[in-house]
Amino acid sequence: MIWVIFALAFWAGGLALNLWLSNCPWRGTLAVRLAVPAIFGLTILVLWEGLTRGLGVPPVILPPPSAIGVRIAASLPILWGDFVQTFVKGALTGYVMGCGAAVLTAIVIDRSTFLQRGLLPVGNFIAALPIIGTAPILVMWFGFDWQSKAAVVVAMVFFPVLINTVQGLAAASAMQKDLMRTYSASYGQTLAKLRLPAAMPFIFNGLKISTTLALIGAIVAEFFGSPIRGMGFRISTEVGRLSLDMVWAEIAVAALAGSAFYGLVAAVERGVTFWHPSQRG
Amino acid sequence: MMTRSVLPILTVVMAIVALWYGGAVLMNKRWTMDQAARAGVELSLAEVVADTLSQDRPKLPAPHQVITELWNTTGAKVLEGRAFSKRSLIFHGWITLSATLLGFAIGTGLGIALAVGIVHNRAMDMSVMPWAIASQTIPILAIAPMIIVVLNSIGVQGLLPKAIISAYLSFFPVVVGMVKGLRSPDAMQLDLMRTYSASGTQVFSMLRLPSSMPYLFTSLKVGMAASLVGAIVGELPTGAIRGLGARLLAGSYYGQTVQIWSALFAAAILAATLVGLIGLIQRITLKRMGMAR
Repeated sequence: MIWVIFALAFWAGGLALNLWLSNCPWRGTLAVRLAVPAIFGLTILVLWEGLTRGLGVPPVILPPPSAIGVRIAASLPILWGDFVQTFVKGALTGYVMGCGAAVLTAIVIDRSTFLQRGLLPVGNFIAALPIIGTAPILVMWFGFDWQSKAAVVVAMVFFPVLINTVQGLAAASAMQKDLMRTYSASYGQTLAKLRLPAAMPFIFNGLKISTTLALIGAIVAEFFGSPIRGMGFRISTEVGRLSLDMVWAEIAVAALAGSAFYGLVAAVERGVTFWHPSQRG
Repeated sequence: MMTRSVLPILTVVMAIVALWYGGAVLMNKRWTMDQAARAGVELSLAEVVADTLSQDRPKLPAPHQVITELWNTTGAKVLEGRAFSKRSLIFHGWITLSATLLGFAIGTGLGIALAVGIVHNRAMDMSVMPWAIASQTIPILAIAPMIIVVLNSIGVQGLLPKAIISAYLSFFPVVVGMVKGLRSPDAMQLDLMRTYSASGTQVFSMLRLPSSMPYLFTSLKVGMAASLVGAIVGELPTGAIRGLGARLLAGSYYGQTVQIWSALFAAAILAATLVGLIGLIQRITLKRMGMAR
């Protein structure tokens, strides 16, 4: 009971603190803008810990965060092995191949308006479909190891990146293209010096959407068969054994990997498209 | 614009079908050759092609095989009067569709409610919004198996667990899109409402809500596609009994490639129909509101 009271008291305190912080004179500063969501997150964790302990929730339904933390600390080698298998081998390989192929395809079809007019609606259509469903087929074709996961990731990221790149290549204005013409720039020069840089904000938009898709694809593909390591494999087997602290540990790793991956791509974007109004803010 | 695109789209679709047939011949050739070598017969090219396109368990089924299977498990079942038998894709599609729609309704409803709260309460905005945005970068689909198994262990089965997965997958895109939409009126428009001495509710119902509609529909499309994926993935851990996801898993267990492809196409048709339906409602609504571009 003491746990429940403590958790509720902490919640009330966090709520009051956040209410005060978000109406205080320094609410625009970076420190406060970081502190408020951090306090909110911490409150959720404490509430979760207190309620699971105080109400005696069995760990096969919801383990307390401290148990998950202990599990993470105790099984770092396993988590690292799963991370390498799923993220580095499966998701990252597929991401690089899929995004590279999509950008190249967009550049190849750039000269043909006919192909663009045909491929764009088809690509838009395919991008809205549940491509994750191809996972069982690709696992059958490429075997249980990371190659099939990379193939699923390629299939998932290709069309979002393709659509965004084609849109981006059309982003340079007629005035800018005319200027390149007056310089008597060749097609290749216009592409490299004007149109590709102008397309970068769009390309990075596709690349950022694809980071999450890549991780989802690699994890879900492992539900259809995988060697005895990998985040998706671990999640599905440990769920079957009802050791949920391990499942939550994998989810924590997946969340961390996902945000770090997104953050990395966003950081590269900031370096590449430093001239764009949205980055100069 | 539409008629100008018909020919290119048809060309691309034809090219995909042609590639598909070519791929089917190439990928299924090995099996045909092995069978022929074992039987000790020489096959002509035409015979090889004919065989690769009509195998029982091909590596890559030909398009007409998939379409035949789709018809056999949908239209033919209807003609037999057994549209809801367990071998019918209509039955499995309906299982998935009902979970998708229930989850989508829950997720969208809660998402819009939270967005309204975020726009009107600064503390809520500052504490919840960063997490809602961060949730878009993490693979939250990964907790789907756990939700199914945990709810199963406390006795909740069937439609609801899948709907919960669909709900939380559609929840976050709707929150983020709707907050953006409710904030889209600029200072000038808000000032105008002020000069009319409009109350908070009036500003909300007459300015913020109408101007959020384009953003809402865009995120509804994303949320609907995510809901369907959630329902399909939610059907995997229960041991492949009912639903399109179960058909995919059962097909991959028993090497029934034609069944996998037909389930995949059924899911694709479902997704296209649902997203297309939202697009249609969007066009009609925005037109009647005078916001169509």
